[in-house]
Amino acid sequence: MDTISLAFYALAFLIIAAAIFVVTSKNIFHSAIYLILALFGVAGIYVLLQAPFLAAAQVLIYVGAVSMLMIFAIMLTARIADQTIRHTNEQVPTGLLVSLGLLAVIVYSLWQTPFAISSDPMPEGAGGTLGKLLLTQFALPFEIVSVLLLGALIGAVVIAKKDSVRREPEAPMTPLPKSAEKVAG
Amino acid sequence: MLELDKLVKLVGDGIEAVVTALGLGPTWVTLVQLIVAALVVVVFAALVVLFLVWWERKVSARFQMRLGPMRVGWHGTIQTIADALKLLQKELITPANVDRGIYFWAPVVTFVAAMAVYVTVPFGKGLIVRDLNIGILYILSITTFTVIGLLMAGWSSNNKYALLGGFRSAAQVVSYEVPMALAIVAVVMLTQTLSMGEIVSQQAKFYQWYIWRQPLGFLIYLVAATAECNRTPFDLPEADSELVAGFVTEYSGMKFAMFFLAEFLNMFTVAAIATTLFFGGWNGPFLPSWMWFLIKTLAGVFVLMWFRWTYPRLRVDQLMSFAWKFLLPLAFINIVLTGLGIYIFRP
Repeated sequence: MDTISLAFYALAFLIIAAAIFVVTSKNIFHSAIYLILALFGVAGIYVLLQAPFLAAAQVLIYVGAVSMLMIFAIMLTARIADQTIRHTNEQVPTGLLVSLGLLAVIVYSLWQTPFAISSDPMPEGAGGTLGKLLLTQFALPFEIVSVLLLGALIGAVVIAKKDSVRREPEAPMTPLPKSAEKVAG
Repeated sequence: MLELDKLVKLVGDGIEAVVTALGLGPTWVTLVQLIVAALVVVVFAALVVLFLVWWERKVSARFQMRLGPMRVGWHGTIQTIADALKLLQKELITPANVDRGIYFWAPVVTFVAAMAVYVTVPFGKGLIVRDLNIGILYILSITTFTVIGLLMAGWSSNNKYALLGGFRSAAQVVSYEVPMALAIVAVVMLTQTLSMGEIVSQQAKFYQWYIWRQPLGFLIYLVAATAECNRTPFDLPEADSELVAGFVTEYSGMKFAMFFLAEFLNMFTVAAIATTLFFGGWNGPFLPSWMWFLIKTLAGVFVLMWFRWTYPRLRVDQLMSFAWKFLLPLAFINIVLTGLGIYIFRP
């Protein structure tokens, strides 16, 4: 077995093991850490495919931003460290069925796709080419994805805002005592 | 005359000859060469940190009209070695209710992330481990692991101060990473490349330094980078007067030292990137290139120390609003200006 295959199988093992731990781990923070490991492994696969730009983008976005926000959300959740809190439910058979179905679809489509293999040498510094394509040929999909993300962002703000507005009347502000007003004035 | 690139080439060829003589293929040659390079970088980083710790103490002392360490060695020069030996002997205390696995790995992740950056830092002419063509992007992405390490430390310590420290570092780094990346994007628009070696070679002459074309970008980078390595005025994740020691509160001995090492290394990294992107990297007259790199980078480190001992700490809300309401719009303006400049002055 050559080095590339060896590296591929090592990475594949790492990714799959980490992914299994993501769903089976009892502690949600552990799940997040295993997810980071899995995503990092995917970046390794990109490196093996000689797509270093994609690998760096994968780490920057998935590890640096997405996972970090997830950990942040976990930390902000109240009573997350309690023993009583659960992040699994009784839907394991259904979940298994759905993921196996998805796996079948993905395997089938991979099987059916004739992958065109180019014999051209690898382009040096794919970043420039990628940038050009994103702003010319694929400008529309690129913009649609941006708008989608913006929508998600605004949605998150709206949800967070609604919560605080609803809670406001519950704690009416007590007027300041006369002495304090004098000091503040 | 004192250039090291010939020496590096000699060692590399020597390794190749020895490994080939042992009957091993080119993969092994690369592997051994990389391991040796990694060892050299690790030793260099350790020496840099030893020096920086001493220097920080001296600088802070002078800023406060004190002398700083004076007893061990000439002007306390080997004080840090004594401290390091002391730290090595200390007991590694693992508190009872920590999340053991994560508690153990947190300093490792932080330290490895701080080290891994040096793969693509150009220390001098021919002194770069690998001139990746995604250079600066690689550095940006690998540094995100530092924060993961801090978060792991903050969470696993099972201590409210540590958790708050972890919180703050996550919020802070997520916020300041955006203007920092945008400031770097403006430079990359000019360089048209991400490779660190290439960026350095574009700034051969004094007037070609990117600081002259990116003064605003440099200021944004400097502020955001100070926040990225958690230094005053942005040292909220470990604000000693509020959080004991933040995310490192529960760590002792060498585990604590690993966080400490990573922090000083990050400071050096930030200055090294500033040198490479804005100050012509290792280019300079008369002196050997690696010396120019060290001079410029240490000057950058001195500026960071200067900040630390001059400015008071920001409040959390000030920190966040500064990043999102001031630095981020400024970074966008800088990008638009850079684009306009390229459009007007293009050849």
